[in-house]
Amino acid sequence: MCEVKVITGTSAAAEAAKLADVDVIAAYPITPQTTCVEKLAEFVANGELDAEYIKVESEHSAMSACIGAAATGARTFTATASQGLALMHEMLFIASGMRLPIVMMVANRALSAPINIWNDQQDSIAERDSGWIQIYVEDNQETLDSIIQAYKIAENEDVLLPVMVCLDGFILTHTVEPVTIPKAERVRDFLGVYEPKHAYLDPDRPITQGPVGVPDCYMETRKQVEEAMERAKKVIKEVNEEFSERFKRKYGNGLVEAYNLDKADTVLVAMGSVCGTIKYVIDELKKEGKEVGLLRIRTFRPFPKEDIKEFLKDANNIAVLDKNISLGFNKGALGIEMASILKNKKVCNYIVGLGGRDITIDNIKSIINHVEKAEDDETVWVGLKE
Amino acid sequence: MQFPREELFAPGHRGCAGCGAAIVARLLLKAAGKDTIISNATGCLEVMTTPYPETAWRVPWIHTAFENAAATASGVEAAIKALKRKRGKYKDKKINVIAIGGDGGTADIGFQSLSGAMERGHDMLYIMYDNEAYMNTGIQRSSSTPFMAATTTSPAGSKIRGEDRPKKDVAMIMAAHGIPYVATACISYPEDFMRKVKKALSIEGPKFIQVLQPCTTGWGYPPEKTIEIGRLAVETGIFPLYEIENGEFRITYKPAKRKPVKEYLKMQKRYRHLTDEDIERIQKYIDEKCKLLGL
Amino acid sequence: MVTIAAIIYEPGSSIKNKTGTWRTFRPILDTNKCVKCENCYIFCPEGAIQEDENGNFKIDYDYCKGCLICMNECPVNAITKVREEK
Repeated sequence: MCEVKVITGTSAAAEAAKLADVDVIAAYPITPQTTCVEKLAEFVANGELDAEYIKVESEHSAMSACIGAAATGARTFTATASQGLALMHEMLFIASGMRLPIVMMVANRALSAPINIWNDQQDSIAERDSGWIQIYVEDNQETLDSIIQAYKIAENEDVLLPVMVCLDGFILTHTVEPVTIPKAERVRDFLGVYEPKHAYLDPDRPITQGPVGVPDCYMETRKQVEEAMERAKKVIKEVNEEFSERFKRKYGNGLVEAYNLDKADTVLVAMGSVCGTIKYVIDELKKEGKEVGLLRIRTFRPFPKEDIKEFLKDANNIAVLDKNISLGFNKGALGIEMASILKNKKVCNYIVGLGGRDITIDNIKSIINHVEKAEDDETVWVGLKE
Repeated sequence: MQFPREELFAPGHRGCAGCGAAIVARLLLKAAGKDTIISNATGCLEVMTTPYPETAWRVPWIHTAFENAAATASGVEAAIKALKRKRGKYKDKKINVIAIGGDGGTADIGFQSLSGAMERGHDMLYIMYDNEAYMNTGIQRSSSTPFMAATTTSPAGSKIRGEDRPKKDVAMIMAAHGIPYVATACISYPEDFMRKVKKALSIEGPKFIQVLQPCTTGWGYPPEKTIEIGRLAVETGIFPLYEIENGEFRITYKPAKRKPVKEYLKMQKRYRHLTDEDIERIQKYIDEKCKLLGL
Repeated sequence: MVTIAAIIYEPGSSIKNKTGTWRTFRPILDTNKCVKCENCYIFCPEGAIQEDENGNFKIDYDYCKGCLICMNECPVNAITKVREEK
C-alpha cells in the first residue's frame, strides 16, 4: 500500500513537496537545508516531479520568485535555514501581506556571529512576527506529514497565509529514520489543486497586486492577517483530523500535543526534536513512579493560547525550554509567551541547545529538579561551560 | 495613424506634470499590448500609479519590493510555464513577462537579482527606466548618475563638484551576460523605443532595454522640456541609441553631426555649477566614448 | 472594506483621480493648424490627448496636468497656453 523509506528529514521534506505536486520551486543551497533542494533537483531532473525549478542566486530571490509564482497561481515550495532565512526577512512579510500560500521548509540553525552551522531555533523564532504560520516538528515522519498538511492549511480560503515547517538542523535534517511515504494519488486527493480566487496574474483579469498601502488601508490589511491567523487555529485542527482519518497519523490536536499530562504537576513545554528526548525521560521517570508531563507546542504561530491554558490548568511547575534567546530580556520566545498567558503560575525558562549544544537526558532531569524546587519564575542557561 | 490607440496605462496617476517615467510606461504598453504581465520595482513609477484603491494599470501588475523586480518576474515566468504545461492554463496565449525598475532598482539594489534572472535565461524583458538618480526618495545619486551631476547626496560643493564617478554602463554589463537582445532607448524617440520593445518581445529568452527618461523634478528644468532634453541627450552623444542582437552591435540612431554637450547641460539645474572647463572635460569624455561606438 | 492584500480588482481605476486640477497653464489646441503628426498624442504623459470621432486631436482637461510638452513638441505651433484662472 504505502512505502516505508529510511530517509533524512530533508529527504522527507523533498518527498512531501513531490507528493504535493508543486509547480514552482525556487531555492538556494545552505547548510543544513541543502540535501532537500538537491533531492528536489534530482526529482525534477528524472521527471519524477513536473515542476519549474528556479536556481536563484540568493534566498532573497528565492522568496521573491516564490511570491511571483504564487501570485500567478502556482503551488510553490522553497527551503532555507539560518542566514538564508534572515536574508529572506524582508520578503517573508511581503509573502504573508500579499496572502500567498507558499510553503517553506526551514532547517533550524543558529544565527551568526560567530558563524555556526548547528542547530537551534533562533532563525525561525526571529521571524515570528512575519505573518507566517510556523509548525515545529518532532521527527522525520512529521516533517513529511506537516508539509503536506501545510499546503492544505495555507491554501484554505479562510487562511491564505504562508507556512514554514521547521525541523531541527542535523538532528532531523541529517538523521535517517523510517518514514512512511503515502501514495501520490491519495495525497493529490487530499490536497486537490491550487485554484486561487483572490490573487493570480492573468491578462484576462488584470489586477494590481502589491499596491501602495496608504494609511487609509494599511491597518485593515494587518488586521486581516491577524484574523486569518486566528481562523487558522481551527483549520489546523481540522486538517490534522482529516489527515489522521486518511493517513492514520495524528499530531496532538494539530496545535499542541499533550504527553502524560493527566497526573503531572510538573510539565515541560518545548518545541521540535527535543520533545523526543523529553518523552524518553518521562517514560523512565514513570517507571520510578514519578509523573512528569510534556506539552509540545507544534504551532508557534498562530500561538495556541486557549489550548495551552486548558492543558496546563492543573500543572504547578512549568518548565519552558527555548532553543533561542531574546537578548536583553534573558528569556526565550516561548518562555516570554508562556509567562504572558500563565500569569498565576510558576513558569521557569530554560535556555538550551544554542548553536548545537547537546541537550542530554541529564539536562532534562536537572530541569525537572530545578523547576520543582524553584520558588519563583527563573531563567536558567542549561549546559553552559565554566 | 502611426501609433496604436489602445491605452493600457490610465490617466489619473500621480506622476509629476511632464513625468518621463509615465511616458515610458505608456509607450511600453502600447508596444507590448494587453497580453502582458508587469513586475514593477519599488520606485516613482510604482508609487505614483498604485495608491490603493486606485491603479493606472490595465494589465496584470505586481509589486513586491525594491531590489527584486527581476526575481519576482522569474517566478511569474516559471509559473506561467508550469501552469501552461500541467494545467493547460492561458490557452497557448503568448504572455509577455516584463520587469520594470528605475536606475536605482536596476543598477544598484536590484543588480544581483537582475543579473541572476538574465543569466538563468528566463523568457522576460527587463526595462530599466533611467532618470539617473533616486527620484522617489528625493534625488539621491545612484550608480547611473552621470559624472558631475549634482544630486542631494552628490551636491556641488566647494571641494567636490557633484557626482565624482562616471555613469555605470548597465546595458553593456547586460550584454556581457550573453543574452539575445540588449538595447538603449530614449522616450524622445518613441518609434525607436517601441520598435525595440516589439523586437525584444519577439525573441525568446532574457532581454534588456535601458530607456532614458528625463525627470523634470530631479534634473531641474521646466516640465515642457522633457522630450526636448531627451532628444539633446541623444543628439550630443551623451546617451547613444543602439541595440545588440545576438552579440551584434548596431547604432540605431546616428546624429548627422553631434551637438556640443553644452547645449544639453546648460538646460538643467543639476549641471548649473559647471564651469567652461568642466564642460570641456565632459565634452572630451563623451567624444572618446562616441569614438568607441562609431558615433 | 479593504480588499484582501489590498489587491485592486478594477483596472485603470486611477481615472477617478481628476488631475486636471493640478494645472497652472492650459494648453489650447487649434485644430485648424494641426497637421496630425501625433507628437502631442504620443508624448503626453497622461494620455490626455486623444482623437475624437472626426479624427481631430482633443485635450482632455479632466486629466491634463498642464505640463505643456504638447506645446513644446508641436512642429506647427498649433498649441498655445493660457494661464488658468482660479
